[in-house]
Amino acid sequence: MYFSDETQKASRKLTEQWQANVQNTLKTNPDWKNRFSTVSDLDIKRLYTPEDLQNTDFARDIGAPGEFPYLRGNQVTGYRGQPWTFRMFSGMGSAEDTNRRWHLLLREGQTGLSTAFDFPTLMGYDSDSPKALGEVGKCGVAIDTLEDFLALIDNIPLDRVTTSMTINPPATVLWAMYCAAAEIKGVPLNQIGGTIQNDMLKEFIAQKTFMCPPEPSVRLISDTVEFGAKYVPRWNPISISGYHIREAGATAVQELAFTLRDGIEYVEDILRRKKMSVDDFAPRLSFFFNAHIDLFEEICKLRAARRIWAKVMRDRFGAKNPRSLWMRFHVQTAGCSLTAQQPYNNVVRTTVEALAAVLGGTQSLHTNSLDEVLCLPSEHAVEIALRTQQILAEETGVVNTIDPLAGSYFVESLTNEMEAKAWEYIEKIDAMGGMIAAIERGYPQMEIADAAYAFQRQIDAGEKIMVGVNKYATEAQHPVPLVEIDEKVGEEQIRRLKDLRRRRDSRAVSQSLADIRAACKNGANVMPHCIAAVKALATEQEICDVYREVYGEYRDPGLY
Amino acid sequence: MPERKIRVMVAKPGLDGHDRGARILARCFRDAGFEVIYTGCHQTPEQVAAAAIQEDVDLVGLSCLSGAHRILFPRVVELLREKNASDITVIGGGIIPEQDFPMLYDAGIQAIFTPGASLDSIVEWVRTHIRGRN
Repeated sequence: MYFSDETQKASRKLTEQWQANVQNTLKTNPDWKNRFSTVSDLDIKRLYTPEDLQNTDFARDIGAPGEFPYLRGNQVTGYRGQPWTFRMFSGMGSAEDTNRRWHLLLREGQTGLSTAFDFPTLMGYDSDSPKALGEVGKCGVAIDTLEDFLALIDNIPLDRVTTSMTINPPATVLWAMYCAAAEIKGVPLNQIGGTIQNDMLKEFIAQKTFMCPPEPSVRLISDTVEFGAKYVPRWNPISISGYHIREAGATAVQELAFTLRDGIEYVEDILRRKKMSVDDFAPRLSFFFNAHIDLFEEICKLRAARRIWAKVMRDRFGAKNPRSLWMRFHVQTAGCSLTAQQPYNNVVRTTVEALAAVLGGTQSLHTNSLDEVLCLPSEHAVEIALRTQQILAEETGVVNTIDPLAGSYFVESLTNEMEAKAWEYIEKIDAMGGMIAAIERGYPQMEIADAAYAFQRQIDAGEKIMVGVNKYATEAQHPVPLVEIDEKVGEEQIRRLKDLRRRRDSRAVSQSLADIRAACKNGANVMPHCIAAVKALATEQEICDVYREVYGEYRDPGLY
Repeated sequence: MPERKIRVMVAKPGLDGHDRGARILARCFRDAGFEVIYTGCHQTPEQVAAAAIQEDVDLVGLSCLSGAHRILFPRVVELLREKNASDITVIGGGIIPEQDFPMLYDAGIQAIFTPGASLDSIVEWVRTHIRGRN
């Protein structure tokens, strides 16, 4: 940043004096830790000064909100125009159970919906598949058919509420259900808004919810991006996610770098496969990050993410539309930072993480409930989590001014450092031939495994602290009530599915599946055929089995 | 005759992809000098039991964070018994509520490790309870 010669001279002199003072002080009063580092193990200096920003140019590197490089946010008016969207991730048991929870959250002031599906739905298996044993309705809602989906969105105004769906390999199927449901309810496709996560690369890297190999998985994503650009313009057809990369044990820099490199891979695939220019679809690409416990590291990561993406889109892809340069993102506080021990402390952790997300300029936020490390959140716990966001937005004053930490020697310096380290990774993956090639070599998977293992060793050695786990542990228990999903949910879901199979027109189902198979083979967009198939009451697995049959199945290589 | 190395298999039954703990543990067992087999995510109980027998392991460590442990863990033990392999020790870990411990112990799970268990304590348990078989 520009500082006059006089200021720089004064700063240097003061810093030298201060360094001498530090050396004197340390003789009698040593630091209480050997190392001061972030949760991701970046070393942090004792003090940052104007000298750390000598090479930072205000106009070029920081700029104004709503202007390149978007470090200070996409929105010209920041959170004054509107606060971030309060979007709590929820789903449990049957479609009816989840619909009840959604209405509760909307009554309590939530402003967007976000769907958690159970593992069989996430993996493209019906509730009666042998693979679904023990899992139906456990970690989210079980959806097998359009009928389940209609029960899920009962009395939800699809033209007014935006809905996010955390769904990856079967994203085409669940999005087709949403589109079909909107048509049945008389809401035109160009009026519905929401997000499908639909980010397969991070599944191979971290979350491990996969079905087909990387190439065809990315091809299906390009179909959704094209379909959205043509017919569902308010939808985000992908949410390129760092959240799960971080939860798998990545550092903040790895989360940043791998997520953005995934984004690059998708853009390249769409440009190669579809007759679209980058500005036709880039404004609808969205992102999703983690907010971990290290306040400043997270703020800097989010600021750096916007700046890197703006540069990528402008310089690498030649985007012209300013909205193509915007990195719009959702944030979730870090599940992996929560502790089963002394679970009420999790409210404090989540508050700090939510603050980081807001100071980093998120557009949308999920705050974890204190019991999420133990079970699905209870109504009471989720209410506290939602209120945490409302207190931040409406009591604390953090929305008053845009990007309040800009210009801080430390924050700008750490933002620069994280950006530089992320570029190193991006260039390395470019040199490997892109992210799919890197995944096939196991590169991001092993980088994350190394970081996760190193962190666990630091915890075991007491070099990093988790309060209540490796320090301040107590015998005294203040247990929280646990939410349990009845095994009957699975039985009822299977009964419903069998009943539907008897009622539906099986010839129409077979024909619709044949159309999807043909589209997979001849390269036509699968989305219109998926919508037709779900309307004919094809099940989620029946459609996914077509993908498996045409593209083959991906198996976890089990790297560690 | 020298004792052979302890052979352990780390496995994730069910559809749950939360494999951070399983992979850390696999690496930790390797560093502790055990022979380690890690079969990756998305294994059925049948696949886990078959692999354990085929690999002739001393111990299977099951990891599950989805809540399906109540069904899947006992099923693995049952399958090992059916195949006359009840000499293989089965332990479990993940998001396991304490109220489920008695049911899992009754089903034949020998030990359960939940978040906060140190790696050393798990290795120690294995060293104490498992002798490498000749």
